Amino acid sequence: MKTCLVVDDSKVIRKVARHILETLNFEVSEAADGKEALDSCMASVPDVILLDWNMPVMSGMDFLRALRDTALSSRPKVVFCTTENGMAYIRAAIEAGADEYVMKPFDRETLESKLQIVGLA
Amino acid sequence: MLTPRPAGAVAEFIALLEMRTGQQMGANRNWRVETALKPVMRDTGHETLEKLAAAIRADRSGPLADRVVDELLNQESSFFRDAAVFDIVEQAVSAIPDTRRPRIWSAGCSTGQEPLSLAMLFAEKLDHQMPEILATDVSESALNKARAGHYTQFEIQRGLPIRRMMQWFDSSDGDWIANPGLTRMVSFRRMNLVADSLPIGRFDVILCRNVLLYFSLDIRRAVLGRLAQVLRPDGVLVLGAGETVIGQTDAFRPSQRYRGLYEPNWAAAAAA
Ligand SMILES: C[S@@+](CC[C@H](N)C(=O)[O-])C[C@H]1O[C@@H](n2cnc3c(N)ncnc32)[C@H](O)[C@@H]1O
Repeated sequence: MKTCLVVDDSKVIRKVARHILETLNFEVSEAADGKEALDSCMASVPDVILLDWNMPVMSGMDFLRALRDTALSSRPKVVFCTTENGMAYIRAAIEAGADEYVMKPFDRETLESKLQIVGLA
Repeated sequence: MLTPRPAGAVAEFIALLEMRTGQQMGANRNWRVETALKPVMRDTGHETLEKLAAAIRADRSGPLADRVVDELLNQESSFFRDAAVFDIVEQAVSAIPDTRRPRIWSAGCSTGQEPLSLAMLFAEKLDHQMPEILATDVSESALNKARAGHYTQFEIQRGLPIRRMMQWFDSSDGDWIANPGLTRMVSFRRMNLVADSLPIGRFDVILCRNVLLYFSLDIRRAVLGRLAQVLRPDGVLVLGAGETVIGQTDAFRPSQRYRGLYEPNWAAAAAA
């Protein structure tokens, strides 16, 4: 089964994303900030990470930089999933090593199509 | 289960849609009529379907009738819809000798996602001539949107890889607008596939995806026959996922070279 780590400080968003991902046959784990997410990745590397931008403790961007600097057993795909929808943000995310970008609000079709684009759905 | 035949105004709208476009409204979709026409009723001050129907009866070819037909058409689309098809189309186009310019027709292009996906795909391939891309639809409002290359955040995200969005679109008040350089690669033209005269010349690839679904079998067969007339002998036809020519027409058969595509059926043409 493919695995996805959902990183978002909103419990509601995590729940919505989990629901969609489970119908797409993903095994889902959750983290509420970048620090928790990093710990989770050290323990086991998911196939894909759905990543919010603005979070307490450690932002999505700081997490992504730390992740891409860490030697892991495999390279997880990273799909940003955020309300930041300006071109400058998108460009910064891609430059930092994100593979795809979802602008909130999103629905099932959007998420599914983005996961297909990174080769996972 | 017996579905009651639509009565009164709803039946009139469904008949108008079919007369104008050949599209039939399945009985299980009758409920859609009222939902789809709510905005027209609000904008034009006709409080009931019956009043709207009466206004159309008084002017069957006016702008109100056009608007109603537009609202009833299914115009759902997305960028790189059924993505694997685009790889196969790319293969088919790459096989064309570089001595002539490939020609592609997106028939029933709706709001433009299909032809613009093709334009991005081929514009990024520097080793090949840019194909000529013709995109047609019966709906003028869909074409206007396509020409403007204007998409909501929901529409732009569906199927379009973020790098392509960054390369070809700019944001504007939360929506996304295609660079003129992209929309210019496509010629958009209004055309009813059932009735209007066919484009001039022949095409290497015709895409007619998710358009034939709601035609009656007779109309579907007739339209497929018309598409065959403007496809090159070595060209290919692309239908939507889940659509087939098998049992629908003798004009095409499954392509020997490209999986899931169709080619003109010369045996049938010779016999005819
Ligand atoms: C569901 S959309 C499909 C769009 C695109 N080909 C795709 O697959 O995503 C169907 C389109 O066919 C158009 N259409 C329906 N009847 C037509 C006709 N008789 N002639 C030309 N276009 C027609 C509709 O206006 C609509 O935009």
